[in-house]
Amino acid sequence: MRAVITILLVAALASVPLWLRDPYLLNALITTGIFVIGAMSLNLLLGFTGQLSLGHIAFFGIGAYVSALTSLGFDVGLPGDLRLVHAPWPPIAGFVLAILVAGLCGYFVGLLSFRVRGAYFVIVTISFAEVVRLVALNWVELTQGPLALTNIPSIALPLPGFGEMTLRTKMHNYYLVLVVALMAYLLIARLVHSHFGRAMRGLMENETLAVSVGIDVTRTLTIAAVISAAIAGAAGSLYAHYIRIIDPEVFAFINTVTMVIMVISGGKGSLAGPVVGGLIFGLLPVALRPVMAPEAQWIAYGGVLMAILFVLPRGIVPSLAQRFSRRRSNAPALAPVALTETGAKEPA
Amino acid sequence: MERRVLEIRDMVCGYGGVTALRGISLDVKAGQLVALIGANGAGKSTTLRAISGLVPPRSGQMRFEGIDITGARPPRVLASGIAHCPEGRRVFPHMSVEENLDMGAYLRRGSGEIAADRDRIYAEFPRLAERRKQAAGTLSGGEQQMLAIGRALMSRPRLVMFDEPSLGLAPNIVERTFAIIRGIRDAGTTVLLVEQNAFAALEMCDHAYLLENGRIVLSGAGAELIENEHVRKAYLGG
Repeated sequence: MRAVITILLVAALASVPLWLRDPYLLNALITTGIFVIGAMSLNLLLGFTGQLSLGHIAFFGIGAYVSALTSLGFDVGLPGDLRLVHAPWPPIAGFVLAILVAGLCGYFVGLLSFRVRGAYFVIVTISFAEVVRLVALNWVELTQGPLALTNIPSIALPLPGFGEMTLRTKMHNYYLVLVVALMAYLLIARLVHSHFGRAMRGLMENETLAVSVGIDVTRTLTIAAVISAAIAGAAGSLYAHYIRIIDPEVFAFINTVTMVIMVISGGKGSLAGPVVGGLIFGLLPVALRPVMAPEAQWIAYGGVLMAILFVLPRGIVPSLAQRFSRRRSNAPALAPVALTETGAKEPA
Repeated sequence: MERRVLEIRDMVCGYGGVTALRGISLDVKAGQLVALIGANGAGKSTTLRAISGLVPPRSGQMRFEGIDITGARPPRVLASGIAHCPEGRRVFPHMSVEENLDMGAYLRRGSGEIAADRDRIYAEFPRLAERRKQAAGTLSGGEQQMLAIGRALMSRPRLVMFDEPSLGLAPNIVERTFAIIRGIRDAGTTVLLVEQNAFAALEMCDHAYLLENGRIVLSGAGAELIENEHVRKAYLGG
């Protein structure tokens, strides 16, 4: 039953570009999809280990810049009359490097902050995002600073025997994002249900106890941070090659907040939560655009978030799931009562 | 004939600027139930935390079954055969009873043997078997304690350390918990018990150490310590 619903949902998502001809809407879906991937990666940390990364956009932005620079090439001076020259590589190599570099950054941020955790992790991640933003803004020779990196090539998929397929159209990019999002979802789902996933849940629920059963807390959190950052980096790479222009504004704090809102409203700690929350807050601007000025939209987002959390305090997916399971567990408990009643009536 | 499984020599341990243990030496013999008693802050819990690797010792030596475990990290200590039942919140509240038990076997491989051990614990505690799919946080205090003990046994320890097992439990459950701990000892597993309830601990143990201000000031058989003048005055209410 669950599998059927999943297949139907995926098929429905895959069919969208076939009937949706409006490029504006398709564009909104693609950027939303990219942010959903980012939200899923944040959820891995926030929802399954309890660590709030308030600089999560840093990994996304690093992925975007690494991917863009790999495919554009660069020529920068280093201290001591050295020059670092890189000839353009195919964007697909940029995508892979984005994942690796973002993962590496996740490793170092984790290493720095997980010995103390909690508030320290929040602060370290915020500072990290700000430092990276300042580097992107000021290392003009490498990043063009506020002038932005432009003409970033679209991703080209190597097709053995046919040469290459450049993903230029919106339809192409839609499918690319959909496939990467599905892969990220499956990866996180497998991880959460593995031995490692149990360690993550254990230390979120009761750290003292988790240590006493042999879970290495620092190691578990660091691995989660690496995977989370790597997925965010993949999303950033998709963003760079789809939008084809990036500037330091990608590191803006509001982008992290958007991801956090997606995770919290959809339900942290549930696999589908960030997808649901991401779709709502990714597509809300589209729905509100005809009726509201952009400034008023921000107020509306706040209102929608508060309304969701007021009605469904644990986020949409966990709260609804709880209601359904309560109804289901009530059913068998009620049935025997009904039976005895009819049984008692029969002799009379 | 009595083999020493745990030997601690001159262990000094502390948190930041505070020294909690000022040179502790103690022995735990195979198959015994050894109690650590003392007032709050005497260093009882710290001793257990040092053994399990949660607090690295500043100096001194620890050996378990002849192997040096000084400064070993918690997973290694657990893998070497020492389980630690920490005080306070005893279970993973949102995990089911069964998942809680499986967490006890986190470092073990081989699902068949783990399942067999789980069934043994269910046989011992039928209440847990009835509630195996229930979230552990919804169990009563006593049931949570049974679950915590069961989980500690899931790592197949040769030494189990209990930290304040009576804390926050109703008197009849405390009775039951102590009976189970004695049962674990009788089944051949060595037990190191930290307990505020000095009388109960001394009554049930084979050997006891009295800690004061991070030092061992007295040791002997439980019955001996019960008769001791100082212990009577300070810990048994006259």
